[in-house]
Amino acid sequence: MATAVLTTLDPQSRAASRGMSDLSIRNLFIIPTIVFLIVFNIFPLLYSLGYSFTDFRASSSAPANFVGLQNYRDLLADPFIWNNFTITAKYVIVSVVGQVIVGFGVALLLNRDIPFKGLLTTLLLLPMMLSMAVVGLFWKLLYDPSFGIINYALGLGTFEWLSNPNMALYAVALTDIWMWSPFVMLLSLAGLSAVPKHLYEAAAIDRAGSFYTFFRITLPLVAPILMIAIIFRTMEAFKTFDLAYILTSQPTTEVISIRLYKMAFQEWQTGMSCALAYIVLIMVLAITNIYVKYLNKVKER
Amino acid sequence: MADIALQGVTKKFGANIALRDLDLDIKDGEFFVLLGQTGAGKTTTLRVIAGLEKPNSGKVILDGQDATNWNAAERDVALVLQQYSLYPRLTVRGNLEFPLKSRTHNLTAAEIKDRVDRVAETLQITRLLDRKVERLSGGEMQRVSIGRAIVRKPRVFLMDEPLSALDATLRDVLRVELKKLHSELGATFVFVTHDQVEAMSMGDKIGVLNKGRLVQVGTPSEIYAKPINTFVARSVGTPPMNLLDGTLRAGTAVLDAGGFTLPVTRIHGADGARIRFGIRPENMVLDGNGPASGRVFDVENHGVIKILTLDVNGTHLHATVSAQTKVQIDEVVPFGWRSEKVLSFDPTNGRNLDLD
Repeated sequence: MATAVLTTLDPQSRAASRGMSDLSIRNLFIIPTIVFLIVFNIFPLLYSLGYSFTDFRASSSAPANFVGLQNYRDLLADPFIWNNFTITAKYVIVSVVGQVIVGFGVALLLNRDIPFKGLLTTLLLLPMMLSMAVVGLFWKLLYDPSFGIINYALGLGTFEWLSNPNMALYAVALTDIWMWSPFVMLLSLAGLSAVPKHLYEAAAIDRAGSFYTFFRITLPLVAPILMIAIIFRTMEAFKTFDLAYILTSQPTTEVISIRLYKMAFQEWQTGMSCALAYIVLIMVLAITNIYVKYLNKVKER
Repeated sequence: MADIALQGVTKKFGANIALRDLDLDIKDGEFFVLLGQTGAGKTTTLRVIAGLEKPNSGKVILDGQDATNWNAAERDVALVLQQYSLYPRLTVRGNLEFPLKSRTHNLTAAEIKDRVDRVAETLQITRLLDRKVERLSGGEMQRVSIGRAIVRKPRVFLMDEPLSALDATLRDVLRVELKKLHSELGATFVFVTHDQVEAMSMGDKIGVLNKGRLVQVGTPSEIYAKPINTFVARSVGTPPMNLLDGTLRAGTAVLDAGGFTLPVTRIHGADGARIRFGIRPENMVLDGNGPASGRVFDVENHGVIKILTLDVNGTHLHATVSAQTKVQIDEVVPFGWRSEKVLSFDPTNGRNLDLD
């Protein structure tokens, strides 16, 4: 039945010259991928959905009891959880806005004829290519109140970036901005270089000022691709874990994924944490959907 | 409204010299056409006038003032490009308003609306005003683009092959409209084209460019009747002028092709001088008798006229005859020429000997 839909190979194709049929391609590549996805993604996803309705604890051998929506009810009524969400929201807004401003700004600077443009772009992309854990560890050193280079360079004395509860979240966001602005920059640069040059010339001839040109020509044309960058960064920032976890352990930096991690693997409230994970998932999906709707509107205009 | 003058303008792009020591004078209110092939420097000339390119040397003078270092906005010119350059995501109205919204104009909303509406009416695009520019056809886009140029009442209109992306019918319509617009506005127009029909039919004056040099400037009839050299002679007229090498002998032309002897009215040079004779296809005579003969190679029927290609011992000549003329392909026909219309060119440098 399944083989009936498979088409025969084009005899001229490279796969055919190597003696691979559609059938062997399916068996070699497609089936393993699907099996992998089912075992490691789909199955845990559904299994954890089941657990989210129970009081299961992975640390005990007690059987899981079905508790219905109790976990969800408890979580959504818990002021501490809401506090975690507030922290997360603050973090997302600060870091995404920061990344867009820095990334787009740098892209605007790079989008003109400057010497060593290629080299500069590559160097600016480096932070993005580092591992989160590594970035976390060395920014911890940079932020160090007594010997960190940031306090030294800015002449801040022993300013406590990470142990000051009011500052720690912004310090984490700053690191995130440093690391991920290049991503926004890269996408913006692609968008900017796609704006036809003759439009700028026409605007210059039409005596439009640089602000007017920016808001009427540049921004509308770059908006869709900038929107995609924002979607990615929002999703990532929403589920951020490593940076905050490595840099500090303040209650004020306990973003939702850290709470989730603690709930699942330190308090072993497996059922409850599954429910929380689902709440987070739904929120991310909802936010993304709003963006995508907006993106489509931007594209239509 | 302005006079434009270029004085000794040279423009290089790397090692490539686009314009060589170009001098150009365009009078106020003139419809000036720059004609040339691809790469001749037409667009560069236009961009230098517009202020989008800075010349390496030479001066740009607008209305007697040295404008070489002025930017595009200060020069107060309007530019219409082949690719329309409409601002995307805006409506037609948004595009027409765009140049008026800059602070230099200081217009009220009512004044802007009034001017946009008037321009839209002139170009018959009133019904399109609220449409997004992406939804327009090519002809409509070019109208909007022209509208955006005239709404501002600039000193000079610069047009870079505005009609060449349009289909033939639309091109004819817009050609007439542009000409009408020019007489209504009375502004200076500089129009760049590679299409000699466009140049001949629209221009008050034509400047023929070749490889970054201005070869000849003149009215269309001057360019057509008295081309300065063989390049200009071949640039205008369809089909192009026939050029035949020959020798002067006893006041007649002896053609290399076939050795035929034909009469010449204006004689330049001594007996035995080598001359390149130029004769336009419409001045060829095929009335059944003539001193020369050729084999009919091709017949193009254009309704009113027929264009014949004659093969004279390997040289192809064009002749325009009335559509009633009955000829067959491969038929050998006798032909002559109107001797008073024959031009003589120097075969070495191509110069028209009549003008020396």
